[in-house]
Amino acid sequence: MKKTFLYAVIGIISGLINGILGAGGGTVIVPALEHFLHLPQQKAHATAISIILPTTIVSAFLYSKYWMTEGKTTLIVALFGMAGGFVGAKMLKKLSGKTIRIIFAISLMVAGVRMLWN
Amino acid sequence: MELMLLVAAGLFSGMISGMGIGGGVILIPALTLFLGIEQKVAQGINLLYFIPTAIVALTVHCKNKNLELKTALPIAAFGIVAASVGAYLASVIPSVILRKIFALLTIFVGINEIYIAVKKEK
Repeated sequence: MKKTFLYAVIGIISGLINGILGAGGGTVIVPALEHFLHLPQQKAHATAISIILPTTIVSAFLYSKYWMTEGKTTLIVALFGMAGGFVGAKMLKKLSGKTIRIIFAISLMVAGVRMLWN
Repeated sequence: MELMLLVAAGLFSGMISGMGIGGGVILIPALTLFLGIEQKVAQGINLLYFIPTAIVALTVHCKNKNLELKTALPIAAFGIVAASVGAYLASVIPSVILRKIFALLTIFVGINEIYIAVKKEK
């Protein structure tokens, strides 16, 4: 019973973020799986993707009228995004995450503030 | 110039998500701030872009036996229903407001990343 309730809460919150903002489900699901359902980090990460994928397919379908207006952009970003994903996965093994995380975090906060005021 | 920015945005957010940090919080601001793409369109591009990337990642995780489908399936079922409601809400909320909500998410993820980095150091 308690588990079903947790499944519902995690699913509903991450799904709403996914649908409304078109991103960010993982930010909620990964820590939730770790803290509330006690999955180890690796498993939490993999399981989160298997939750976000079906959710994203539904959202992407409902967003089709938006991305269809920028077909060329979508294609270019998707292609190079996959190449980048491959490079990123390889780099992960070589680099310590800390410096990158901090640079990433600061860029995010700058972007966030710019988006708020723009 | 625009093409180069697109390539850079795709590569960089792909690298970030390959490293296990959400790529959307990079890609969406890059598309809206540097290329002037409307918020909802940028969100749609990010959703679509996630699908092939996630499939590749999942096959690797599946081989390594890291998937907990018993946990994933019920959460995904609730997630799909909520995402449909969310996508409907996004269609009625003006892009300007969505952008502000998204900005808050971006700042939150940034603070969270610093928290994780500091915690790891200890």
